[in-house]
Amino acid sequence: MVAQDAHAHAGPQGFIRKYVFSLDHKVIGLQYYFLALAAVFVGMFLSLLMRIHMIWPTAILPLVGEIRPETYLQLLTMHGTIMVFFVLTTAPQSGFGNYFLPIQIGAPDMAFPVLNMLSFWTTFVAFVVMLAAFFAVGGAPLHGWTGYAPLSALTNSGPGEQLGADLWITSIAIFCIASLMGALNFITTVLDLRAKGMTMMRMPLTCWAWLITAILGLLAFGVLLSAGILLLLDRNLGTSFYVPLVVVNGQVMGHKGGSPLLWQHLFWFFGHPEVYIAILPGMGVASQLLSTFARKPIFGYKAMVYAIMAIGILGFVVWGHHMFMSGMSPYSAFAFSIMTMAIGVPSAIKTFNWLGTLYKAKIRFQTPMLYAIGFVSLFVSGGLSGPFLAQPVLDIPLHDTAFVVGHFHLIMGVAAIFGMFAGTYYWFPKMFGRMMNESLGRIHFVFTLIGTYCIFMPMHYLGMAGQPRRYSQFTEVAYLQHLMPLNRFITYAAFVTIAAQVIFVINLFWSMFKGPKASDNPWESTTLEWTTATPPPHDNFAGHTPVVYHGPYEYSVPGAAKDYVMQTDPAGVTAH
Amino acid sequence: MSDMAVPHGMAGEFEPSLFGAYSKKIGMWLFLLSDTLTFGALLFAYSYGRISNPDWPTPFHKESIINATIMTGCLLSSSLTMVLGVLAARRGDRSWTRNWILFTMFFGVAFIVLHGMEWTKLIAEGMTPSKNPWSSTVQQFGGTFFTLTGMHMMHVTIGVIYLGVVALRKKFLPILLICWLAAWLGTPADSVFHVGAHVILIGAIVAAMIMFLKPKDYDAHDVEIAGLYWHFVDLVWMFIFPLVYLMSTRITG
Repeated sequence: MVAQDAHAHAGPQGFIRKYVFSLDHKVIGLQYYFLALAAVFVGMFLSLLMRIHMIWPTAILPLVGEIRPETYLQLLTMHGTIMVFFVLTTAPQSGFGNYFLPIQIGAPDMAFPVLNMLSFWTTFVAFVVMLAAFFAVGGAPLHGWTGYAPLSALTNSGPGEQLGADLWITSIAIFCIASLMGALNFITTVLDLRAKGMTMMRMPLTCWAWLITAILGLLAFGVLLSAGILLLLDRNLGTSFYVPLVVVNGQVMGHKGGSPLLWQHLFWFFGHPEVYIAILPGMGVASQLLSTFARKPIFGYKAMVYAIMAIGILGFVVWGHHMFMSGMSPYSAFAFSIMTMAIGVPSAIKTFNWLGTLYKAKIRFQTPMLYAIGFVSLFVSGGLSGPFLAQPVLDIPLHDTAFVVGHFHLIMGVAAIFGMFAGTYYWFPKMFGRMMNESLGRIHFVFTLIGTYCIFMPMHYLGMAGQPRRYSQFTEVAYLQHLMPLNRFITYAAFVTIAAQVIFVINLFWSMFKGPKASDNPWESTTLEWTTATPPPHDNFAGHTPVVYHGPYEYSVPGAAKDYVMQTDPAGVTAH
Repeated sequence: MSDMAVPHGMAGEFEPSLFGAYSKKIGMWLFLLSDTLTFGALLFAYSYGRISNPDWPTPFHKESIINATIMTGCLLSSSLTMVLGVLAARRGDRSWTRNWILFTMFFGVAFIVLHGMEWTKLIAEGMTPSKNPWSSTVQQFGGTFFTLTGMHMMHVTIGVIYLGVVALRKKFLPILLICWLAAWLGTPADSVFHVGAHVILIGAIVAAMIMFLKPKDYDAHDVEIAGLYWHFVDLVWMFIFPLVYLMSTRITG
């Protein structure tokens, strides 16, 4: 069955087939986007409760009540899981990727539209199962998003470790299957459905990022699926994959001979590529936007492509750096450490090229561009602490402190979210046919950038001063008393930053219905999505397939009529 | 495989595919790639437990090894008949395509039945996912065995159903339902296969949904893709057989 045949006719008209069980990659992309939007608010609310608990541990909150120390661990677990799986993996890759990858390569749809619909609804089921963990007997699990065994593999190791943990791991297994279906679809689409003239080296960097991310997902989620199945067996059938002989509350458990390190190996073999699954699409969006709004070709297109590939490959050989604390042979720690620091090279190439793109450019400081620059800023700030943590001798004192929390939130959390914001402000006109409000966007940007720096920068200092992560009630600990003002500052900054997100939501939904009408190419970009109508028709290019003559970033080409040459412009100039 | 034309609906409007293959074939290769990692993780888990437990039990005697060798022979033969089926499909010989696929399915079913008897025997000897009669310290023996071979057996079952759909289309559904009833009612109520038989029912429901929602004639491409899946399932067994069986046998001089 060939995808193009299915889309030769007009799209479905009924509400269910058009908006609910749609086969249209654009509708599915939006479904993913709004799923992630719902998830990000759940995750953000949980983080707010955590910050409140850290400075007012005994406060009685309306609706929530008192947050007990074990509740804090449950919040921490669900915050991490929801954010990593249902926001950072879902929105940049499945959301924007689904919507724009086929259009940017000139395809009428994804290669397998039915599989695409299935992967969204499977993700949706996974999200519902994950949320159900809150309402299980004993509540949500408390083993952290990494689910370390034996805490996660025993059913009596704490509140939430009964049904809640089963739901948690089931949800993740379902999510793995959904991601595998999505990844398979993305790769096939890129390999098979590029329009005439759209060679691999003429693809926008967003498409390269989505392709490499899909390959990472295809290889990583299969392993997590197996790890999850084994964890479910340990919990429910009494096998001993992850559990050695343990005693809980004076009671000898029935397990024997397993190894908690096995879980850590399997989990981090997935977990480290997962970090790049979250950040690579953001890098693609940043590259696209920096070039567009600097009105210059991207500096070193090929270097950017090879750097993404290098990051993808290296991402699979560094999982051990999450396990320096787990009693690893110094020789393997050394190898993992070298490999991890080697990732700094392609990352630096990308940063250098972004700055090279901006150098001596006439930059248009519109909201999407602000977020793209913010992405670079956060990527550098968060990335620089990476080489510190990559060294076992420094990682051992820093690993279980707030330093790591600051590091990964800056680079994986907020940087990826800035990529999403950049994508939202940039592609909103194409998705909804209207412009977002520029002033509200700028206000949102200023509050969010300064706010996130205020939240996560001090955490590095807290960590070096010895504040552990995952613990609650620091108010009772004598040696941390002098850090309490800084903790309070972080919480206040979190209040402000979270409040600022209301501006975004208002802007998003108000502009969707009341914003000024957008033209087909409001940013004067060159890629294929800006050659079609706004919003794009059902088969993307109204019955014909575009022909591509140029690379993706032909800005300020000498001799051209305008300061940009569309990829489909047959006249233009014969640039590379 | 390069002699297969790339069946793009509007040929010439798209760049040639990077690997010269049609979408569905690439999709199957990618699925197999991810499934390799899934099985790889299970084999890693097995090897990890195996290495860290020096007194791993070695209960597989002559009968077990002979049985597993016959099972291996079944799968190897099924790979041959599958290749012959793909060749028949490629030259357009519909009746021999169907016959070779039916042979393949026969070997697949023989494998499942022999494996099921092996499982039943081990369970009767007292082996469960959490304990085994040969070693009280190495609990993973049962867990790894049942996980690896169970996962593989599920793949073989799915493969047989997949091949049946390709070969017989809707005529396969009543056969599948009879197989389900036979497997369900023919096994004792305390057997694991009494419950496991419902995999066939789920397979029948999924197959029916696919065939009724998107009825089509399966062509040489579909046979080839089904063949890819089948060969992969065989290949996985070629790792499981030495790792799980041959390395857990007692060698007496």
